[in-house]
Amino acid sequence: MRSLFSRNETLVALIIVAFCVVTAIVEPRFLTITTITDLLRNGIVIGIFAIAAMLVLVSGGIDVSFTAIAAFSMYSATKLMIALGVGDQIIVAFLVAAAIGLTLGLINAVFIGTLKLPTLIVTLGTLTAFRGFLLTFVGSQLITNVPPGMRDFARSMIFRGETPGGSFVAVPTATLFLVGAVVLTWFILNRTVLGRSIVAMGGSRESAARVGINVTAMQYFVYGYVGVLSGLAGIVHASLARVANPFDLVGLELQVIAAVVLGGARLTGGHGTITGTLLGVTLIVLINNSLIMLGIPSTWQNVVIGFLILLGTGMPAWQARRRAAASA
Amino acid sequence: MTDLPLVKLSGISKAFAGVHALDDVSLSVGRGEIVCLAGENGSGKSTLIKILAGAQGADSGTIEIDGQARGSLHPIEAVRAGIQVIYQDFSLFPNLSVAENIAFNDQLVHGRRLVDKRRNRRIAREALARIGVDMDLDRVVETLPVADKQLVAISRALLHDARLIVMDEPTTALTEREVRALLQVIRKLQKDGVAVLFVSHKLKEIFAVCEKIVVLRNGRKVADGPAREFDLASLTYHMTGRHVTAVELPPAPGEGSAELLRVEDLGRGSQFDGVSFSLRAGEVLGITGLLGSGRTDLAKALFGLAPADRGRIVVGGRPVAITSVKDAIGLGIGYVPEDRLTEGLFLPQAIGRNVAVGILDRFAGRSGVVDRPRLSDAVEGWVRRLKVATPSTALPVQSLSGGNQQRVVLARWLAINPRILILNGPTVGVDVGSKADIHAIIADLAREGLGVIVISDDLPEVLAACHRILVMREGRIIEEVGRDSADEDTLAHRLAS
Repeated sequence: MRSLFSRNETLVALIIVAFCVVTAIVEPRFLTITTITDLLRNGIVIGIFAIAAMLVLVSGGIDVSFTAIAAFSMYSATKLMIALGVGDQIIVAFLVAAAIGLTLGLINAVFIGTLKLPTLIVTLGTLTAFRGFLLTFVGSQLITNVPPGMRDFARSMIFRGETPGGSFVAVPTATLFLVGAVVLTWFILNRTVLGRSIVAMGGSRESAARVGINVTAMQYFVYGYVGVLSGLAGIVHASLARVANPFDLVGLELQVIAAVVLGGARLTGGHGTITGTLLGVTLIVLINNSLIMLGIPSTWQNVVIGFLILLGTGMPAWQARRRAAASA
Repeated sequence: MTDLPLVKLSGISKAFAGVHALDDVSLSVGRGEIVCLAGENGSGKSTLIKILAGAQGADSGTIEIDGQARGSLHPIEAVRAGIQVIYQDFSLFPNLSVAENIAFNDQLVHGRRLVDKRRNRRIAREALARIGVDMDLDRVVETLPVADKQLVAISRALLHDARLIVMDEPTTALTEREVRALLQVIRKLQKDGVAVLFVSHKLKEIFAVCEKIVVLRNGRKVADGPAREFDLASLTYHMTGRHVTAVELPPAPGEGSAELLRVEDLGRGSQFDGVSFSLRAGEVLGITGLLGSGRTDLAKALFGLAPADRGRIVVGGRPVAITSVKDAIGLGIGYVPEDRLTEGLFLPQAIGRNVAVGILDRFAGRSGVVDRPRLSDAVEGWVRRLKVATPSTALPVQSLSGGNQQRVVLARWLAINPRILILNGPTVGVDVGSKADIHAIIADLAREGLGVIVISDDLPEVLAACHRILVMREGRIIEEVGRDSADEDTLAHRLAS
């Protein structure tokens, strides 16, 4: 039981419940299915990012460049789609964005895996470099008239209905990307030797190399995988927003990492779960979208999120230290 | 065919950044043979092991397994050939379960793509059973005690029909009793036809289990032969390249010498009880006992880390209460915890800075600015007093020999001016040469009139370095012996029985 309570997941889940209860009391309209579908819709992109960021943390690294990769892939793919005149083929956008994302992710991997440079420094560098390259050489013009394929994709729903109260409820097809990322990443991390090797590497890189895990190959996989997920998330984002904005997304990375850390992933590597990550994302998205319902100005969002990070990551660390002191 | 050596290394050389870590080293291990690879820290033992395990390639030389030459060895090839290494840090994954840790290598060797948890658990259970251990397979390894981690590492090594197990300093973190259990396991392995390459600098263990001894010094092989051709003195000579003489302890202080510390009926919780002893100026008092005998709790109580809750402490003739570290330091008591003589140095930093780091605040004015000239005078003073052999305190600590590095650590602790110094396990993990150095330093301190308490379960050490020895068991002092009236075997017997 004690292990259940000292886990970040439990703490974050409790905060989410408390937050929902308070919001519901202040604003009964909160307790509708519409709220849930809105949250889902707003959580797709940040959720995919978070899954990617979690994988990197588990592997013992940190990646802050994924938003730049997403923006780069999204904007370039959209431009290419228009230039090639295949605006109605959303699949092209996804394939191109995934390929660009993969390439950029592998550039990270070259620095990290082959040249063995620190991950934070590399990705801080590529974050800026990718963004600069995008704005200088690909373009800096907003594309407000997104290709019809992307518009159709944003409109397509896996579920559409009406509540008894008469409001519309819809679950966009884009949700499948989040579900796909979650299922695939969960499977890789928990059921494949590849995934366990990544977790093992995050626990101890030296030990991993000694049992014969190809550490460099694992890093290429991790950063390539993150690149692909980021590219796809970029297209999902542009589609739902119906605008391809090259200035978009960058700046979101710290909030994403915050969500992942809230969910129990450790910056020191080797620890992190899908459940925790999704809970962390839920909490961040809830705060981003629902604080306004409580009548709290939106500038307070950052204050609240920052405080929650201190609470959510500080509490378990503090408890662990007290336990250690008690047993010593 | 059977007298073909299992593994034969010939003419192995390896350099790092132009420095020879290994220079033309040859070594062979036969089936079921227990070979000891001895040498001081930095002699090239670790590099040789890494080459044997395939973790590093050699610059030149050949590796033969069962008479077949191999140019270089990949870690997985080494495992397939039956070579398993247990590194000093055990190379476990702290974040994974016992079962997964044991079975991980197996998954890779068999080129499995998917995880089969039931198979992993079965493998782990069987591996642990081979050394007669029962353990919670789902427990996360970082929560295990050290001895259990080692058992996990050994059972993992036994998988894949290991024929040669290399153990790198396996006994460093173990108590006497655990060491004996380990040596038992090694003999059991030998009966099963498994060869063991036992890497150590602890002479006693080397003679206890090994049939053949290979000695490395500065990357070269300096001796190689059956264990019976060596004795303590010759082995020590080969390892250090010099004749290490027994430390000359100054004579025990007589009745006239001042009593620095007296402890009467001291106790704390269930950790220790009814402890009484006294310490004179210029005396080295040994306290020995197994892990859990209360020896460390007693030291912590004297230093105020975990204060005693009953009994009396008299310092310099005055009854005192020690309830915090600050109290203890105020009374002139210094405490050097385990490993601090071997760790805790900032190696690339200057010697002077390393000494100064503990006393900066005493040389800081009200504004918080450090009075550098005064600080550096104090530092120079200590470096001189402890006879650190260096032309300048501005040189980095790593330019010093092991023994001199330890003097620097001691200088840091002594800079707070203690009259009573408590050393907990001062030579844990230290090689023969440095050990003698540390004992010499202790003798010097006693000569200067300090009272020194050495806490250790290394019996030859307490016998060599202390005037009197208190034996602790189950939280009580069961015996006091003088160094002349005790020998190792009776002492060992008293500890355990």
